[in-house]
Amino acid sequence: MSIKVENVFYTYQPGTPFENRALTNVSVEIPEGSFVSIIGHTGCGKSTLLQHFNGLLMAEQGSVYVDDVLMTKKTVAELRKKVGLVFQYPEYQLFEETVYKDIAYGLQREGLTTEEERGRVLDAMRIVGLDEEMAERSIYDLSGGQKRRVALAGIIVMNPSYLVLDEPAAGLDPAGREEILGYIKNLQKERGTTIVLVSHSMEDVAKLADKIIVMHQSEVIMEGSASEVFRNEEKLTEIGLAVPQITVLWNKLRRSFPNLPEDVYTVEAAKKAISEYMGGGVK
Amino acid sequence: MKPSIGQYIPGNSILHKSDPRTKLVMTVLYMVAVMFIDTFLGYGVATLFLIISVIASRIPVKMVLKSLKPLVFIVAFTVLLNIFFQKGETLLLSVWIIEIYLEGILFAVKMAIRIIILVAGASLLTFTTSSISLTDGLERLMSPLAVIRFPAHDIAMMMSIALRFIPTFTEETDRIMKAQSSRGAEFDTGSFMQKIKSFIPVIIPLIISAFRRAEDLAVAMESRCYRGGKGRTRFRMLKFSWCDAVISCFMIAFFAVIIIFKL
Repeated sequence: MSIKVENVFYTYQPGTPFENRALTNVSVEIPEGSFVSIIGHTGCGKSTLLQHFNGLLMAEQGSVYVDDVLMTKKTVAELRKKVGLVFQYPEYQLFEETVYKDIAYGLQREGLTTEEERGRVLDAMRIVGLDEEMAERSIYDLSGGQKRRVALAGIIVMNPSYLVLDEPAAGLDPAGREEILGYIKNLQKERGTTIVLVSHSMEDVAKLADKIIVMHQSEVIMEGSASEVFRNEEKLTEIGLAVPQITVLWNKLRRSFPNLPEDVYTVEAAKKAISEYMGGGVK
Repeated sequence: MKPSIGQYIPGNSILHKSDPRTKLVMTVLYMVAVMFIDTFLGYGVATLFLIISVIASRIPVKMVLKSLKPLVFIVAFTVLLNIFFQKGETLLLSVWIIEIYLEGILFAVKMAIRIIILVAGASLLTFTTSSISLTDGLERLMSPLAVIRFPAHDIAMMMSIALRFIPTFTEETDRIMKAQSSRGAEFDTGSFMQKIKSFIPVIIPLIISAFRRAEDLAVAMESRCYRGGKGRTRFRMLKFSWCDAVISCFMIAFFAVIIIFKL
């Protein structure tokens, strides 16, 4: 079970002077239960790829499979229930009077009883760390970070097997970032939801992702675990990306201490490696 | 976003380079001339003139034809109306209460040609003129009206802001519709009332965002010391050039032919 994208091409406004190739022969796989990150420069085709995952855009060439079902006009409604997509700045799509009503919007076609619906909504609120008493508050009384979490809950409430997020932490303060990414990671652990996260923060990506997909100018150019991807510091810098800051520091440190281990991409890993090294040194 | 009637297509042709005021005046002149035309020869001349202009503008003919697509319904409606209701002398067909005359058919064809070349001519203006220079041109053309306290600058500014935000809101509508679709919204199923209702989750965020953008824009303009048009200098000066002379001569020649030969 997975999302499989095979040899997909996509062009915006084909046949006009504004023609714009957004995906070129893209093939990726999102394994079930994993945490996949997509990184790349603005305009590299990330958002276009995300919209293929839940059929908002249909591949011009190539095919998209969700749990081995081919995405077509006929299957899209069914598959869209499995793949929840959270856009950038999702708080701008809120429209109901209260938090509860807005989160419940996605459930209206499921034919649930009031009880069931209430359970699902409160559950989604709990996952994103919103108190139950927030339910009857007006959307417009909330802070930016709270609105973002309401919007996120509006997708989570539909129990998608795959949750696709386009920069969910953009524009939040450091504490807000940590929080929202924490909720997402928890969702993966608790419910086994597969997560696809687009992010510009290499630190977040290094910390959270099992698998990283690097896109550049409408193509997938690298794919693999954090260590496989961040090992290519030069190539990443060349296309306007970077490795996590701790890795830059680590690589400099290794020039003076060649016995330090390779492949350190998070502060925690660095801390561990240094204390092991020191411990070893003392012995 | 799909290309629509009169979406600006950047280019470097004589029509792109000429002054927006020339293009505005000439377009109005062309439309007036077309209204005068009453013979097929006249329409032939007007169409020829239009074709030459399209070629001179280097806009792909395909784009021009595509932009006329939404007209199909209006043209068809006009044609049918004229065929059935225009009375004449040469009766061609008479079934029950329906009478079709030769004059009616000829008139219908003329009307169809008239609508098509009018719209094509006008869209050539917007194809070759960016919205900024178009409103600049309008402002300058309206500026003599300042004598009677007509707020030419304010109207031009409002127009350019409105035009500027059309693509922004198109994009935003698209985004919000996609976001709501991801939450299970369906926009093209159900009864008419259901369809209208299904747009509430799109319209409310859109209105809110319009207010937000308006406020941001107002603050941004104020912080750059915008205080209306009085004493404002411009970065892009409008100047007449040889392009304008050529276009004007061409247009006046056309107008003269139509009037003199009573085409």
